[in-house]
Amino acid sequence: MQIGVDVGGTNTDGIILSNGKVLVSEKTTTTEDVGDGVFNIIQTVLKKGDISPNKISSVMIGTTHFTNALVERKKLQQIAAIRLALPAADSLEQMIGWPKDLVSNLNPIKYFAKGGYEVDGREISKLDKDEIIKIAEEIANKNYTNIAINSVYSPLNSEMELEANEIIKKIIPNSNISLSHSIGKVGLIERENATIINAALTNLAEEIVESFKNALKKLEINAPLYISQNDGTLMKPDKVKQYPVLTFACGPTNSMRGAAYLSGIEDSIIVDIGGTTSDIGYIKSGFPRQSAIATDVGGVRTNFRMPDIISIGLGGGSLIRENGNLVGPDSVGFRLSEKALVFGGDTLTATDIAVKHYDLDIGDKSLVNNLDDSIIKNAKKEITRLLEDAVDKMKTSSEKVPAVFVGGGTILNRENLNGISELVIPDNFAVANAVGAALGQVSGEVDRVFHYDNLGRDKTIELATEEAKQLAKDAGAKESSIEINEINENPLAYLPGKSVRLQIKAIGDLENY
Amino acid sequence: MTWRIIKMEKLTLDKIDDFLRGTAFLGTGGGGNPYVGGLMLRQELEKGFEPKLIKGDEVADDDLVLPIANMGAPTVLVEKLPNAKSAVKALRKMEELMGKKCKALIAAEAGGINGTLPFIVSAYTGLPVIDADGMGRAFPELQMCTFGVYGVNCSPVIVRDEKDNEMIVNAENNHASEMFARVICMQMGTKSEICLYPMTGKQMKETSVHHTVTLAYEIGKSIGDARDKGTDPLDGIVEYFKNSFDKRFCKLLFQGKVTDLLRETTDGWARGEVKITSLTDPNENILVKLQNEFLIALKNGKPLAMVPDLICLVDLENAEPITAEDVKYGQRVNVIGVSVPPNMRTKAALDTFGPVPFKVFDKYIPIEEIK
Repeated sequence: MQIGVDVGGTNTDGIILSNGKVLVSEKTTTTEDVGDGVFNIIQTVLKKGDISPNKISSVMIGTTHFTNALVERKKLQQIAAIRLALPAADSLEQMIGWPKDLVSNLNPIKYFAKGGYEVDGREISKLDKDEIIKIAEEIANKNYTNIAINSVYSPLNSEMELEANEIIKKIIPNSNISLSHSIGKVGLIERENATIINAALTNLAEEIVESFKNALKKLEINAPLYISQNDGTLMKPDKVKQYPVLTFACGPTNSMRGAAYLSGIEDSIIVDIGGTTSDIGYIKSGFPRQSAIATDVGGVRTNFRMPDIISIGLGGGSLIRENGNLVGPDSVGFRLSEKALVFGGDTLTATDIAVKHYDLDIGDKSLVNNLDDSIIKNAKKEITRLLEDAVDKMKTSSEKVPAVFVGGGTILNRENLNGISELVIPDNFAVANAVGAALGQVSGEVDRVFHYDNLGRDKTIELATEEAKQLAKDAGAKESSIEINEINENPLAYLPGKSVRLQIKAIGDLENY
Repeated sequence: MTWRIIKMEKLTLDKIDDFLRGTAFLGTGGGGNPYVGGLMLRQELEKGFEPKLIKGDEVADDDLVLPIANMGAPTVLVEKLPNAKSAVKALRKMEELMGKKCKALIAAEAGGINGTLPFIVSAYTGLPVIDADGMGRAFPELQMCTFGVYGVNCSPVIVRDEKDNEMIVNAENNHASEMFARVICMQMGTKSEICLYPMTGKQMKETSVHHTVTLAYEIGKSIGDARDKGTDPLDGIVEYFKNSFDKRFCKLLFQGKVTDLLRETTDGWARGEVKITSLTDPNENILVKLQNEFLIALKNGKPLAMVPDLICLVDLENAEPITAEDVKYGQRVNVIGVSVPPNMRTKAALDTFGPVPFKVFDKYIPIEEIK
């Protein structure tokens, strides 16, 4: 049996999964101390299902805690940033274009040093060990421990970052060093931004991961703990301590994967309707389609792997105005249970429209008896238009695809929409994100530039595929379950030697399933 | 050419976002994403530097004018970053060769990342930047430039990198300059700072595409203003061109959703085709062919617009210009066509960067003559 927990900004949800079925589920409010919240929700679901802790084979937690810490500028560490690049790539300092309050929060010391690679793999210059030693001593003197290292073209070759890491570790043994090749892709500035954010979060990550571990210990659960990352796969706790930034987009990812699983449909549009907004995404082979566009987090430009999602201002609390012709984007939000007409409030919301239209037993439905039919008709039409528009944007062809609706706002629409072959509202739709966490698989990914001139296309892809499978195995995947989930070939214009950026992802089930 | 009083004399911090958006628009899908160049510019402006923008006719006829650019792959520029110091050294080397001090800088290419580089060099040297360029948009090769079309020699080309490797190309013609400079550039890691087409003030006045810095800024601003006012940014663009100083023809070529995307690399080009399908009629679609930049838009095999006229893809809702590498399935776009000034449409110009040398159509038809 697996436990899945989702720690959101407002709610902490938990479920127990047994043989692929949701046995129990529960929703609670997120607590100030997230470790306590995790303890409470797990204790609750275990009690509710009358399950002994030793029956649990693994615990998976998805959390938006690190994202929120950055957005709220809380518990961030001072950082030192080193770029291995000279004499190239020094025309932009680190953290240019960041919000000023965040920069002063991180109080950075910035270094440029010799190193880095060309696009064809040659060194820009050799790593100068003495120079790195000098920088490390200076950082040590200033009592900084959190360090971000970024070398030019590190996604192509990570050697110099690893070498610099080793040198600094010897001089500052208690340092928390983040290496850019483990975090981002090609795109120096975006990758560096993510690495610096990561470096600022590692102390918090240590604290949070320990609090999760303690919660499990107190509950006498000895099963291994995993934490969700951006692409819906899992990380071991020790990796999260090092790379908290890789959890940043796990919220929407888990909810989409959970929705796909609960519905049993692996290729579909997912519509997650909350109180204020709806997130619309696309699941392919059970995994969310990734966004190609640079993403801003807390005002900082990054190139994280984020699911390709559009958010629209439609939710259960959306205001209905102009005789039903205007739905949202303003919402009563979390005050739905006091503001909506069916709950005795004075505000006409999308929930009221649904209650009257579908004759639902939510609140006191007699309170919407007298609602004008034309308002209902107009508002329904507008809700349909908003959803159909968003769904159409996510589709890659005019072919009809199924759509799975999850989240508390699912009540707003029951009818099939234009462009959709089938509308599915699965059981447990309200805790899809915790289900998504529990389902996490582990992955291994290769993403760099290869030159087909060296070994030929087939051999190159074969070797890269083996590498990705090995990485998945290293991450804890059962060897027999590992399969290649994605191969992307992007020929690079202008570059010599038939250069291709190859992205290969292998995924597999956890060993202890 | 109609001259007018140009409102913008300085490129200040508050104008950067509009200016960058405009350079992306003029990039017509190519020229590299201006984001990195924008950050470099912002860094200089925040230090208090105020780049001076001058009109072409403010330059004396015998003054030395030098174009500055980055050569290489846009994908490498985002990793190795343009290098301002190296660009300044290229400029100094050219002065040495010419035996004369440079009096003003000019962009070789207004579209994409190269639209910002002269301003960064200006920050280091104090030299003014001329409100003009040699392409009026973005093109992939050095000879595709109005400077060369109207008689300025591309050579000598100073090609250099941050390691102070510095090569001087003196070639038999402008096409050969491109060929040899490209080989050097690849050896330098597919990113070089170059100074080329050294010219007099008189040559600059006669061979440039004028007002393209102002144009970029105003295109970007028309989109930004429309967003601020809550009106459709597409109307903002069309309206702007209708009333713009050089009276360009502009029209919405098509509105739709990207439904097919083909990319391949042949002969060192990023070639491809984007199929865009109408939002209202699934049987109605157009094809936009690209070779680094968007070159031709075809409907049922008939052209709607072709190079050198501008074909720009912008986001359907916010009108943000979309570069060719960022085009993806399902994106909703407006395809906008804009005419280019007369000196980009002469026989000599079309023989250098028209539909025939790009092999996309057998003759050039101006956008305003296509019904």
